Amino acid sequence: MANRLRGLIIPVISVLLGLIAGAIIMLISDYDPIAGYAALWDGIFGEIFYIGETVRQATPYIFAGLAVAFAFRTGLFNIGVEGQLIVGWLAAVWVGISFEDLPKFIHLPLAVLAAAAAGALWAFVPGFLKAKFRVHEVIVSIMMNYVALHTTNYLIRNVLAEEGDSTEKIFPSASLRSEMFEQITDYSRMHWGILIAFVAAFIMWFLLEKTSKGYELRSVGFNHHASQYAGMNVNNNIILSMVISGAFAGLGGAMEGLGTFEYASLKSAFTGVGFDGIAVALLGANSALGVVLAAFLFGGLKMGALNMPNADVPNELVDIVIALIIFFVASSYMIQWVYRRFKKGVK
Amino acid sequence: MDFMQILEILISSAIFMAAPLIFTSIGGVFSERSGVINIGLEGLMVIGAFISIVFNLAFVDSLGGATPWVALLVAMAVGGLLSLIHAVASISLRADQTVSGVAFNLLALGLALFLVKKLYGKGQTDMIQERFLRTDIPVLSDIPIIGRLFFSNVYYTSFIALGVAVLAWFILFKTPFGLRLRSVGEHPMAADTMGINVSQMRYIAVMISGMLGGLGGAVYAQTVTLDFSHSTITGQGFMALAAMIFGKWHPLGAFGAALFFGFAQSLSVVGTSIPFLEDVPSVYLLIAPYVLTILALTGFIGRADAPKASGIPYVKGNR
Repeated sequence: MANRLRGLIIPVISVLLGLIAGAIIMLISDYDPIAGYAALWDGIFGEIFYIGETVRQATPYIFAGLAVAFAFRTGLFNIGVEGQLIVGWLAAVWVGISFEDLPKFIHLPLAVLAAAAAGALWAFVPGFLKAKFRVHEVIVSIMMNYVALHTTNYLIRNVLAEEGDSTEKIFPSASLRSEMFEQITDYSRMHWGILIAFVAAFIMWFLLEKTSKGYELRSVGFNHHASQYAGMNVNNNIILSMVISGAFAGLGGAMEGLGTFEYASLKSAFTGVGFDGIAVALLGANSALGVVLAAFLFGGLKMGALNMPNADVPNELVDIVIALIIFFVASSYMIQWVYRRFKKGVK
Repeated sequence: MDFMQILEILISSAIFMAAPLIFTSIGGVFSERSGVINIGLEGLMVIGAFISIVFNLAFVDSLGGATPWVALLVAMAVGGLLSLIHAVASISLRADQTVSGVAFNLLALGLALFLVKKLYGKGQTDMIQERFLRTDIPVLSDIPIIGRLFFSNVYYTSFIALGVAVLAWFILFKTPFGLRLRSVGEHPMAADTMGINVSQMRYIAVMISGMLGGLGGAVYAQTVTLDFSHSTITGQGFMALAAMIFGKWHPLGAFGAALFFGFAQSLSVVGTSIPFLEDVPSVYLLIAPYVLTILALTGFIGRADAPKASGIPYVKGNR
C-alpha cells in the first residue's frame, strides 16, 4: 500500500470502525445509538459555545499529540507526556502568580517558556538515562509521571496555595484569555493558545522535515548504528529529541494553566490529556498536520460526550470509542491484511 | 506509642497494601517473561475491581460469607478473558505492545464506568456488605513477637499472595512449561526451531497475567475501597509494573518489591503519627517507589534487564 494512502486510509477506517463498535455497544446495552450520536454531534456543533469549547479542548491535545509524535518520529516512545504536562502547568502558573507588575509582552512569554522548560527538564531524565545507561524510556517516563503528580501536589499544598486546594489566579498579564474569542464563541473558554498550537505544529514540521538537525534526529530513530557510523552523536540526539518532546508537553500544560483554568489545583489523578496525546499522535500518523486534525477530532469527541447523557447515554462511551480507535490504528496490520486480500481478489 | 506498636501498625498495613500489588506484578512477570509487555496491568486491575464489586453486590444474598471468595474467582476469569484483547492485538495483529496496553487501560476504565452507569444509574456502586476481614491466623498468631507482627489482625489474601509468588517461581523456573515460556521471551526463533509454539505460549502467558491482574484488582476493591468508582484504581497497576521491574522480572523479586512498596505506601499514610517520621514530608515516601524503580533500572541497585525479546512481535521467518 502506498505510504500516503496508508497515512490517510488507516486512520479514517479506524475512526469509522471505532464509531461502529460504539454503536454496537450502545445497541447491546439497550441505548439508542442514533440518539446517542445525534447528542454527540449537537455537543460539538450544536451551539457556537460548544465549538469554542471544542477548540479549547483541542489546544492541549495538539501539544500532547505533537510531543508524542515528535518522540515517535525520532524512535522514542514518550509515555511521560502526562507528567511533563503537569509540571509545565505548575511552572506556568508559578510564574503567572509571582510577578505582579511585569508588562504582558514579558510576563506571558516568560510563563509560557517556563512551562516549556519544566516539561523539557522532566523529559530530560528519561532521555539522559536512555542515552547513558540504555534504560528503556517507557518505564522511566511512567515513573516520572507519578513523581510529577505527587511533587506538584506537594508544592501546591505547601508552597503555592496559602489555604485550600488550589493556587491563586494568575495575574492578567500572564493570561492567555482572549476577549475576542470569548465574544465570538458566546463566552466559551477558548483562548489565544490555539494560535500558539498552530505555530508549534508548524515548528515541528519545519524542524523535522526541513532542517539537517531534524534529519539527524529521524535518522537516529531509524537506525542508531548507521547514524553513529555516519558520524552523528547518537546520545546527544536521543536526549535532544526527548527534551524537545517534553517542551511540547510542557507547553500543553501552559495552555491549561494560563488559558483554560488560570490556576493550578491539587490533582487526585492524572488529567488524561497526556495519555490521550498518544491516541492523537497515532491517529495523526505522527505528522504535524495529522496531529492537529486528530486533536480536533478527539477534542470534539470529548466535548460532545458531555452532551450524551441528554440522550441517556453515559459519556464514558466516548472513552470506549477512543480506546477502540487506538486499538484499530495499532493493529493496522489487520486492515492491511484485509486490503491485500481484497486486492488479490480483484485481480 | 512504643516501638512494638509502631512496628505492628507498619508491618500489618504494609502487608495489607502489598497483597494486590503482589498478585498483579506476578501477572506482569508471566507476560513479560514470554515477551509481551503488559502496560495494561492497570486496566486489568480496573476490570478485576469492577467485576468483583458487581458480583459481590449481586450475589451476596445467596452466597453469604463466601461471596468475596467467589467474586475473586469470577474476577480472575473475566480478567483472563479480557486480556485476550491485548493478546490478539499484540501477538496476532503485531500491534505495538505498549500502545495496545495504553489502549487497554483506557478501554477498561471506560467500559467499567459505562457499565456502572448502565447497571446502577449513577457514577459509583454501593458499598459491598460482605468483605474480607482481618483475622488472627490460628496457632501461628500465638508465636511470641512474630505471631503478633505477622499473623494477627491480617487478611488471608496476603498469605495467598505469598503462595502465588512461590507457585509462580516454581512454575517459571522448575517446570518444562516455565522453561518454554521464558525461552519464548528470550529468543523466540530458537524456541520456534525447537518446536515450541511461540504464539500459543504468549497467549497463555498474557491470559495468566490477565487472571492475576484481575485477582489483584478484586483483592484491592474488596479490602480497601469496598465500592467501584473512577477513583478505585488510580495507579496501582503501574506500581505493580514498577514492582515487577524492581524485582527484576522474578516472581519472588516482585513479591519482595511489592512488599517494600507496600511498606513505603503505608509509611506515607501512617507516617504522620510516628514520632521520628512526622517531620519527613510525605511526598518523599509517596515518590519513593517510583524513584527507586528508576534507580534500579539505571543500575545503581543492581542492574535490571528485561527479557530480550519483550516488546517485539514474533514473525515467523524474520531474522
